[in-house]
Amino acid sequence: MAKPRKGLFRSITIGLPYVWLACLFLVPFLIVLKLSFSQIATAMPPYTPTFGDPATWWASIKQLTIDNYLWIANDSLYFNSYVTSVRIALISTVLTFLIGYPLAYGMAQAPQRWKPFLLMLVILPFWTSFLIRVYAWIGILKPEGLLNQFLISLGLIDQPLIITNTETAIFIGIVYSYLPFMVLPIFANLDRMDKRLLEAAADLGSTPLKSFWTITFPLSFRGVLAGCFLVFIPAVGEFVIPDLLGGSGTLMIGKTLWMEFFNNRDWPVSSAVAIILLLILVVPIVIFQRVQDREAAR
Amino acid sequence: MRQGWTAFNIVSVIIGFSFLYLPIVLLVIYSFNASQLVTVWAGFSTRWYVQLFNNQGLLDAAWVTLRVGVLSATVATLLGTFAAVALTRYTRFRGRVLFTGMVYAPLVMPEVITGLSLLLLFVAIDFDRGFWTVTLAHITFSMCFVAVIVQSKLLSFDRSLEEAAMDLGATPAKTFLSITLPVIWPAVAAGWLLAFTLSLDDLVVASFTTGPAATTLPMKIYSAVRLGVTPEINAVCTILIAIVTVGVLSATLVNKRREVRRARESQVAFG
Repeated sequence: MAKPRKGLFRSITIGLPYVWLACLFLVPFLIVLKLSFSQIATAMPPYTPTFGDPATWWASIKQLTIDNYLWIANDSLYFNSYVTSVRIALISTVLTFLIGYPLAYGMAQAPQRWKPFLLMLVILPFWTSFLIRVYAWIGILKPEGLLNQFLISLGLIDQPLIITNTETAIFIGIVYSYLPFMVLPIFANLDRMDKRLLEAAADLGSTPLKSFWTITFPLSFRGVLAGCFLVFIPAVGEFVIPDLLGGSGTLMIGKTLWMEFFNNRDWPVSSAVAIILLLILVVPIVIFQRVQDREAAR
Repeated sequence: MRQGWTAFNIVSVIIGFSFLYLPIVLLVIYSFNASQLVTVWAGFSTRWYVQLFNNQGLLDAAWVTLRVGVLSATVATLLGTFAAVALTRYTRFRGRVLFTGMVYAPLVMPEVITGLSLLLLFVAIDFDRGFWTVTLAHITFSMCFVAVIVQSKLLSFDRSLEEAAMDLGATPAKTFLSITLPVIWPAVAAGWLLAFTLSLDDLVVASFTTGPAATTLPMKIYSAVRLGVTPEINAVCTILIAIVTVGVLSATLVNKRREVRRARESQVAFG
């Protein structure tokens, strides 16, 4: 342990990021919280009360209401958006797992000298722009797009499949964008597994499939769990994918919030939508944190 | 399931990687398409690239994006490294729990909420929106990613070296600069690169926090995409993909060579 010197270096390393995050993360969050209890007004900024003058703070506090939350609770648009978001995120997570697990498993079995290269191949798309990767799918999936041209030229279909502006397109977009998040933790767990366990099981007469279900899969389960949370949590609040691939028919909450803010210009309701979204996400985030802490403690 | 590089494993790896790479490859191929229709191949051409360099709006947006990216990544790397040092080296200070929470929370915060909350702050303090607000916003979320990367390097760091330097009378700042920083340097560089690409990619937070004067490249691409797929967007995307790929690959190679050299040096040193 370093000597408990309370020098300038210590003050700077703690103080600078602390003040920065307090001003640009904590305070903005508190403003959202406060705004979610405010009322819309035709002014700039378009809400009331503004807490401008300390002398009228008490009067301002009395203006705060829970009307925005009541409004959201009574309008099925918002309720449906939340339910749709969670449902789409759940299904996408399962689909990502179904594609990601065999990929991670195959990578873990690859010859040792190939592994850094394969790992690089998984990480590289993660660095490329999200927007670009979603855009790439539009050219493939749209009615006159490459997939339909290909299928028609093969004679498999006569009429182009309608995929863009449906939930299917959102699933494809989410699975594609978040696949590396699923593959990396599963691969890490599979790769450090002790292969002798499987040899021992085989010597004792276990079939390969049985060994997989009783040894390999349980040992990689922490990776699966981490991967699922890493896909599910951001997918719930996703905006770009439902907006570009889902069309106007599918409302996910990230898009609802965006529209409420930019199109309806109702800042207080947008804030309340954001607060409820966070409340929904708190449960998976806390569970994920617990899983990670236990992982770190091992 | 059988062990080793079996047909099943090879097929699942091939399918997985085709899924990951095919869309990007197609996008790049069709950026060289002579036809105005993106999905009909009409021969090789670089006309869309030429056209890009005559599109002043796009070039302006690229310039804004580059400036925001370099500035925000640099400040975020500084702040994120400090935060990582604070988290790993100073186990006791007032408000540490809050500090830890504030470093990790932005990582899982939905982008729409980050954007909304920062915009509300800028409006509340009546700060003119544009280049600076986007930069401040990008610093705020990317410094947390830098902190996590540098933190993991600091945790695996042999602290006896730092302690030895301190015992010999080096100040904490000198110890950090001459002992710690050279060792964690690859993580700091990776943090900068990640912060830069996060800034380069960001659409949602920038859309909330910018003003009419500063439009970023992702915002330009987004509004063009909403109107339809064009070969010109394919060309912009191809250039961006090329920049990021070259950057990441060369960073990885440099890192690898460094490791090899270190391994050889330590072999020489310890016989």
